[in-house]
Amino acid sequence: MMRFMLLFSRQGKLRLQKWFTSMSEREKKKIIRDMTTMVLARQPRSCNFMQWKDLKIVYKRYASLYFCLGVESQENELLALEIIHRYVELLDKYFGNVCELDIIFNFEKAYFILDEFLMGGEIQETSKQIVNRSIEASDMLQEDDISEWYEVELFG
Amino acid sequence: MFDLEVLVTTERERSRKRGGLALGDPAASSGLRFKNRRPEVPASGDNKVKICHCFIRKLLCCSVRLNPDATFLSGGGSFKKGKSKEAEIKRINKELANIRSKFKGDKALDGYSKKKYVCKLLFIFLLGHDIDFGHMEAVNLLSSNKYTEKQIGYLFISVLVNSNSDLIRLINNGIKNDLASRNPTFMNLALHCIANVGSREMAEAFASEIPRVLVAGDTMDSVKQSAALCLLRLNRTSPDLVPMGEWTTRVVHLLNDQHLGVVTAATSLITTLAQKNPDDFKTSVSLAVARLSRIVTSASIDLQDYTYYFVAAPWLSVKLLRLLQCYPPPEDAALRSRLTECLETILNKAQEPPKSKKVQHSNAKNAVLFEAIALIIHHDSEPTLLVRACNQLGQFLQHRETNLRYLALESMCTLASSEFSHEAVKTHMETVINALKTERDVSVRQRAVDLLYAMCDRSNAKQIVAEMLSYLETADYSIREEIVLKVAILAEKYAVDYTWYVDTILNLIRIAGDYVSEEVWYRVIQIVINRDDVQGYAAKTVFEALQAPACHENLVKVGGYILGEFGNLIAGDSRSSPLVQFNLLHSKFHLCSVPTRALLLSAYIKFINLFPEVKATIQDVLRSDSQLRNADVELQQRAVEYLRLSCIASTDILATVLEEMPPFPERESSILAKLKKKKGPGKLPDMDDSRRSVNGSTDSTHSFTDVLNLNPAPSSGANLLIDVFSESSAPAAATDVSEENFPRFVCKNNGVIYENQLLQIGLKSEYRQNLGRMYVFYGNKTSTQFLSFSSSVSSSDLNVHSKAVDPVIEGGAQMQQILNIECVSDFSDAPVLNIQFRYGGALQNIAVKLPVMLNKFFQPTEMMSQDFFQRWKQLGAPQQEVQKIFKAKHPMDTEVAKAKILGFGVALLDGVDPNPANFVGAGVVHTKTTQVGCLLRLEPNMQAQTPNGNAAPPATDPSFPFGAGLPGSHLGICSRCRGEQGDGFVGLKGTWPKSHELKVAFDLASFLPPDGRVCERLLLRT
Repeated sequence: MMRFMLLFSRQGKLRLQKWFTSMSEREKKKIIRDMTTMVLARQPRSCNFMQWKDLKIVYKRYASLYFCLGVESQENELLALEIIHRYVELLDKYFGNVCELDIIFNFEKAYFILDEFLMGGEIQETSKQIVNRSIEASDMLQEDDISEWYEVELFG
Repeated sequence: MFDLEVLVTTERERSRKRGGLALGDPAASSGLRFKNRRPEVPASGDNKVKICHCFIRKLLCCSVRLNPDATFLSGGGSFKKGKSKEAEIKRINKELANIRSKFKGDKALDGYSKKKYVCKLLFIFLLGHDIDFGHMEAVNLLSSNKYTEKQIGYLFISVLVNSNSDLIRLINNGIKNDLASRNPTFMNLALHCIANVGSREMAEAFASEIPRVLVAGDTMDSVKQSAALCLLRLNRTSPDLVPMGEWTTRVVHLLNDQHLGVVTAATSLITTLAQKNPDDFKTSVSLAVARLSRIVTSASIDLQDYTYYFVAAPWLSVKLLRLLQCYPPPEDAALRSRLTECLETILNKAQEPPKSKKVQHSNAKNAVLFEAIALIIHHDSEPTLLVRACNQLGQFLQHRETNLRYLALESMCTLASSEFSHEAVKTHMETVINALKTERDVSVRQRAVDLLYAMCDRSNAKQIVAEMLSYLETADYSIREEIVLKVAILAEKYAVDYTWYVDTILNLIRIAGDYVSEEVWYRVIQIVINRDDVQGYAAKTVFEALQAPACHENLVKVGGYILGEFGNLIAGDSRSSPLVQFNLLHSKFHLCSVPTRALLLSAYIKFINLFPEVKATIQDVLRSDSQLRNADVELQQRAVEYLRLSCIASTDILATVLEEMPPFPERESSILAKLKKKKGPGKLPDMDDSRRSVNGSTDSTHSFTDVLNLNPAPSSGANLLIDVFSESSAPAAATDVSEENFPRFVCKNNGVIYENQLLQIGLKSEYRQNLGRMYVFYGNKTSTQFLSFSSSVSSSDLNVHSKAVDPVIEGGAQMQQILNIECVSDFSDAPVLNIQFRYGGALQNIAVKLPVMLNKFFQPTEMMSQDFFQRWKQLGAPQQEVQKIFKAKHPMDTEVAKAKILGFGVALLDGVDPNPANFVGAGVVHTKTTQVGCLLRLEPNMQAQTPNGNAAPPATDPSFPFGAGLPGSHLGICSRCRGEQGDGFVGLKGTWPKSHELKVAFDLASFLPPDGRVCERLLLRT
């Protein structure tokens, strides 16, 4: 299973964190620190896998953002890499030409998409279409109640 | 702080058009690009909901001051940092105060404001600031019946509420309502929240509800998927709370579901459950094979959106292959051949030209391939598949993708442990050595080191050790210590001549002295002391090494110790006369730390004993103020005591007090323990004793003890001990007494006796006459603690005394327990080790049968030929002998059989039997009450090559010289057995009043395994 997924920028700024097991805040902070230093120190064209304690770390850089996945030792590294890629595809499909700012401004959306895709450290739905459809469906639900409060946001 | 691109784009977002620039990233260039682009401006008319954008933008602005001349691609260089951190904190504190006042205010907030503020809090938290309020509002939101509010409420709870919050009851209430709502969207939100939080309270509240949702006929597919994974999460955190049983079958049948998403989620769930209770989910094997077969043979378009870059359902395929790894190869022949076909198809597909140039295509395809190879290795039963897998990995070793090279090295490590493919793996040695030299990526080089270590055996040890040593000179600091340990272990394990061993370790200290831990140099000293053939060489070598102008302190330690013990062996040469030796050591004295100085002082007093001629010089040194008045108490005390000792004691007393060190007792290599600790117990599959015994060339633990030469067995023989019998099978259910590894220990004393998902139990044992000592190593394979750990041994016949153990085993740690065993009289039942501990709240019970058999108390006895014949003939009564005919499972190798017999405990008598193909042995079983002599004879029958051939009866068999002395009935048994079975025979005779102990002989007979072609005969007389 996957233990965590982290998104951070080239400067080491954390953009998204998802933990699939319960951990204390201290442990989380330590992992975040270790991951950013380890991954950012990697040379270009290195392989995308690392061993860290009893976990396999699979990471990939997309433009300015690093996607970093910690999986248990019996997991398949290559597919973990493709989980990252599928997530990026999903973000891209939703935001259209996704960039780091989309994830900052719409962090809650990034979480919702991730929740549709992964759950409890396992992949829930591998079909891009189905995930997109359910995200769209929830957007439709949101639209229903936009009218009530949207104006407030713009001027408030 | 925010990165600069972010800010630039923020500031420019109003002026730039959509669809910005892609920063060229080579790694991302294949396929989709993740672009650096302005985000969408939250403008009116945009239908996507934006919450708290203003706030986020303000925060971004206070982080960095903008230089308007900077261009997008020039990156950060031209920006100046503003008072970023303080500004950010200031802004946030202001906002927090604002939100707090809103929440506390008299005016009730409407849903939207609540949502906005909760969302802001979440954002602030994700920036790394602490949030200690707002939970109540979040719980209110999740109880709302507006979807958006509910969603934000759940998100806040998932991210921010840790599992022991008081709010859980309120949250549970909201979840309960949503689960009952029958609205699939709400149900999904609720299930996600349970899976995200995964606390025990939630498990208690919903563990019985979720299986119903999962198997209900009218549940929507997406809800089924969520329910399956939610259940999986609860099962991991609180396995005791999740009821199994009535829904097991229905869950297994989800593998047949139409919807591949449901199948994927269900496979994850079943795999986890099957790892814990393989028996309950046995039926999933045939369904999984059927499903897998349909996927691999499908045309790539059949599966529609589940086809990923032209690869059919890669995630599901991998999950199915993983599920199959919970089980041994299917027994049903049809099923088995169908699975083999699937695996062959996957291997064939790997050879086909790629359907796409995209890296995603090859990644997905190879992911399935690697998982298939993992299954092939797990089954370890199809030599052709194993060799094909090995060839495939061999191709990857030189692939241009670094990822594939890395994975190929990693997979080969496990492949090296199979007896079928060990040799095939060895053919890639040059490539791997090359990888060590040329790979640019340290993690790949590390894998290469691991693989070299795994593929090492006696035939290539010298080369591999030499390569690792030369790599060590340039190795990354992070992995040096591990390489040092590995070199030390390999050098010791495969040392044929000990001069090589000593050279290697001294080289190790020279090259990487800082990384040589205490264990390594302790070990070299233990070995030198226990082997007198290497002592002179060791003394000479350290003496030479110490002459280097700068030598590592570890070398001084080894040098001091060895010269102190064996300096006399080289004192004859004027170039290394006692005085020269002393001066050489003393020249290093002042550069060393206190412990080393203390060691050197002991070496000096030993010198006084060895070389009376330097007594005066050394006494002067000891008498000097820098010693006698040293500020360090330990050094001062040693100097004073040694000086007094050298003055008052007579030569005889000195010689007794300062006698050469006695040999060290046999013990586990502490280096190995250290490496295991470093890597974690589960991380050393290649070093498992079971692997060595399987691969058919060496027995690791035996050679460790053998290096100390405490066994009478010659080292080459002991290293050939092979347990041809051992097979890897799934761990037994925990509550039953585990016996599966028991037979492996008939002829050896060390290895892994038990292993499951959580725990590995290794044994090292030694026996002297009727006493035995067993070291039990409990390895925690998980990353969490085992609590309330306790163990006890129950035995009906033996006196077993176990030392108390610590009740906690840390995650990844290993704990040792010592058992002292006394054999009172002959016995047949082995003791049982009962273990109890708590893991993740659940009580675990494990019972393991400990391999203490009667033959462990054998003492080998040497005997002349004539003597042997005479005794053999005397023991002719029916109750004095036991014999057995058996089929050989494997070709009978002389060295192997010798090693087995030695491992069995008796002495192997050379030149006793006129036929050199036969083996005879003799030993005495020691019990507290009595001692019983025992003779043994093993006759390989090379004539019986065909299974049903009419082998000659033993009486006329020329290889059976004792025929005349045996009773007729015995001969009758022999010939009848051979007539019926065609090709196997084992015999044993016994004088003991009870006959059950003769089982011992049958134990031996049954593990000299037959293969239907070669016939062996074993006779054991007592």
